[in-house]
Amino acid sequence: MNYETVIGLEIHAELKTKSKIFCGCSTKFASEPNENTCPVCLGLPGTLPVLNEEAVRLAVKAGTALNCRVNYLNKFDRKNYFYPDLPKAYQVSQYDMPVCTDGAVEFECGGRHIKVRINRVHLEEDAGKLIHLEDEPYSLVDYNRAGIPLIEIVTEPDMRSPLEAVTFMRMLKSILEYGEISDCRMEQGSLRCDANISVRPVGQKEYGTKVELKNINSFRELQKALEREEKRQIELYRFGEEHKIVQETRRWDSGKGRTISMRSKEEAHDYRYFPEPDLMPVIIDETAVSAIKNSLPELPMEKYRRFTQEYGLSDDDADNLTGDRYLSEYFENTVREGAAPKTAANWVLGDVLRMLNESDISSREIPVEPARLCRLISMVEEGKISNTAGREVFREMFAGGGSPEEVVEKKGLTQISSEDALLDLVRKVIEENPKSVADYRGGKTKAIGYLVGQVMNESKGRANPAVVNELLVKELG
Amino acid sequence: MSGGFKDAKKDGSDPAGTSMSNGHMGIREISAGVAGGKWSAYEITEMYIDKIKSMDDRIGAFLTICEESARAQAKAVDEKIRSGKQPGKLAGVPVAVKDNICTDGIRTTCASRMLENFVPPYNAAVIEKLINEDAVIVGKTNMDEFAMGSSTENSAFRITKNPRDVTRVPGGSSGGSAAAVAAGMVPVSLGSDTGGSIRQPDAFCGIVGLKPTYGLVSRYGLIAFGSSLDQIGPMSKTVEDCALMLEAIQGRDDRDSTSYRGEYQQDYAGRLSGDIKGLKIAVLKEYFTDGLENEIASSLNESIRRLEGLETSVDEVSLPAAGDGLSAYYIISSAEASSNLARYDSIRYGYRPKEYADVDELMEKSRSEAFGTEVKRRIMLGTYALSSGYYDAYYKRAQKYRKLLRSQLAGVFEKYDLILGPTSPVLPFKIGERSGDPLQMYLADIYTIIVNLAGLPAISVPCGFSRDGLPIGLQLIGPHYGEQVLLQAAYALEQDLKLGL
Ligand SMILES: [Zn+2]
Repeated sequence: MNYETVIGLEIHAELKTKSKIFCGCSTKFASEPNENTCPVCLGLPGTLPVLNEEAVRLAVKAGTALNCRVNYLNKFDRKNYFYPDLPKAYQVSQYDMPVCTDGAVEFECGGRHIKVRINRVHLEEDAGKLIHLEDEPYSLVDYNRAGIPLIEIVTEPDMRSPLEAVTFMRMLKSILEYGEISDCRMEQGSLRCDANISVRPVGQKEYGTKVELKNINSFRELQKALEREEKRQIELYRFGEEHKIVQETRRWDSGKGRTISMRSKEEAHDYRYFPEPDLMPVIIDETAVSAIKNSLPELPMEKYRRFTQEYGLSDDDADNLTGDRYLSEYFENTVREGAAPKTAANWVLGDVLRMLNESDISSREIPVEPARLCRLISMVEEGKISNTAGREVFREMFAGGGSPEEVVEKKGLTQISSEDALLDLVRKVIEENPKSVADYRGGKTKAIGYLVGQVMNESKGRANPAVVNELLVKELG
Repeated sequence: MSGGFKDAKKDGSDPAGTSMSNGHMGIREISAGVAGGKWSAYEITEMYIDKIKSMDDRIGAFLTICEESARAQAKAVDEKIRSGKQPGKLAGVPVAVKDNICTDGIRTTCASRMLENFVPPYNAAVIEKLINEDAVIVGKTNMDEFAMGSSTENSAFRITKNPRDVTRVPGGSSGGSAAAVAAGMVPVSLGSDTGGSIRQPDAFCGIVGLKPTYGLVSRYGLIAFGSSLDQIGPMSKTVEDCALMLEAIQGRDDRDSTSYRGEYQQDYAGRLSGDIKGLKIAVLKEYFTDGLENEIASSLNESIRRLEGLETSVDEVSLPAAGDGLSAYYIISSAEASSNLARYDSIRYGYRPKEYADVDELMEKSRSEAFGTEVKRRIMLGTYALSSGYYDAYYKRAQKYRKLLRSQLAGVFEKYDLILGPTSPVLPFKIGERSGDPLQMYLADIYTIIVNLAGLPAISVPCGFSRDGLPIGLQLIGPHYGEQVLLQAAYALEQDLKLGL
């Protein structure tokens, strides 16, 4: 029998506000422990929350980008539970009247058109963080994160494979980044994802029993965790043991590569939601919503289409570029400076991306200005420097070396195209490689490639390979 | 009328003595004297601190006497005047503050072991306002733990006695603030009112107290009990002082999202006169039932006759929803309390048990060891009312009732300026008499709670004494932001009755 996997996601994204959702504390990451706290976010007795309107604006922006309906009247509720990282022992969240509802994200995956419906987008505050010390009998708490504004995005169970789920997450991440709604740094926890997964025999209408997976910290882990759980559930079905799939929360242990049961439905929390009496219902102005709509930039799917049509990029190149707002903007700025789109795409997805990965620099902080990259590309295209030298120059510019012209000058990398200057080198190589020369003359014309390479080496990459080729043919002929 | 008072003194239950009562100085007298150099704020402060020190052993109104900070505040006021600056409206006026209102650097306990050593790093909005007007905070007063109670017997620290009869309770939960004013240890005080906690002790102690419209006074710094019901309000000997205090503490506060955004009436006291001609008053039929003690009913009837004599009209009207107020109140206030008090887990501040195995036990133990019985009872009630499966039957139904109540009350205020009734159904009871019977205790709030559920303002004024000399309070309820008309009517009645308080 064949089985179908059903996946729904719950995503938490930190909103990119300067201050917390209910107080004036900074949202800066990596501050000293408890540096960004005040009586309000520490939940001291007598303090009251005041809503940060920027958080509402960003939540509306997210909802709009996800094609949701904005609820002009929405409200906050208290979600009650005890945990040392939760200063008030309740989280201010939105229960039955969230800020946005009923959206959808559409994308292509594995040749299939996918539409993932968004059930809701709601606002809430983050909790603090417990730090467990291995050699100490106590734990420490850092409340810097307590009160950082979050949106929770809940999808319908519309994904049918781990790959679709990961593709959706990539799409969602780029949408949130495009809208400057969230930093989406999964490794810092500013984008988090819980997954609900069930399987059912193909053709069965009802969903199977779902399991919630928590503690997933990267797209790769998401895919692995879902695949692992999918396999577990299908296996149980195959042996007729599907009743052993119980509704529960399982924690993904990335070290062990498996999921571990945390709690079953019977042990599930009763959060005792009720309307937050310290805050007034949120009333959103219609004109504010249209202003937010107009402030949204071109979103990834539109940009993808435009890149393939306007610049003639391949689907893969367009996809890889538009997946990252800043990379796509960098690419487009380079093209605007006059670079050929295809060449620019090769550079951006090649050397630029490689250097970013190597140096752990974010794509929004590329140290080489698009105009300089464009000039470097022209130098290579015009044959002023070789391709190899071009890459070396870029490396140097990336490390803070200055303009392409300066680097080329400093390193003496100008391409040598003059036959006079190259002739000596060509003759020297012919002399030193009698075997290759004999091969060539014996009809193995491919041997010339080796000889060209030797000349390039001798010239430290500065020789113009086309000229070298020509000279070799002439000298050997 | 004043006969009752004399009786009380005869059996030794007037600790203040007539001299002190007659020697009562109001806000205007004190502040004018300070501003005009007749006496200094420092002298006034010293005088009242001495009174507190000499009298409070018998009454038990205070949990903390703020001697040092009060002297420092008083000196600052005197300095301000010396330097020629305009003194505030409360220049040198000593104020006692209920111990659930945060005071910067001064222990704020809520009369609970949980917060026995809690020192807030900030002032409540009302404290800032009082200090801005050059008042002097002389002490923090006793209360029922976390304001849950009607007798101040639920304090974890001490029993407060009614200055009119020290064998009786002062009411609650703002019992300390009421007793401090009644005994003359301070001219005015602040209380908080979630279901009657200002008005009921005022009635028991024979003083005046106002529960303002929800939103009129900032709740920032008031340690929450029932957030949608809580309001801070003034307690005083006279209606005029009550009005002056209200002027000082009200006002929009951006730190409180439920703060009133409209226009604030600025001059309540200046508009007071004995003239209330033409005022239309409604008396709720539902308030005059079997539960109301006869002596209170007859005292109220006498007041009604007096009001009619002042050319007002008094009609009996029905408010069918009034009967269900008590259960709705206990569901909503306890539900909110169960959530508001959940933060006391001993992780960041507050009581910490001596031994615990892990963090769960730490939280559990701190809460079971440091909360009193009544607080635990309400937390359990509220938790239950919010639990899945019960939410609709309890919390949601109570909220629906609240809407119904509001609309019925709005209907009354379409035709009438004020609603009149008793503040409490019973006279001050003996210490210990009701403490074992929570339901009996809850019934003490039966006439005051609908005011909080509807967010309305209400004032309690003394209207007479029982045969045994126990004070009786009359409650006037106004429409939203109708504080002026409340104060006006209370003032007229006060002037007419001349009870000699
Ligand atoms: Zn803060």
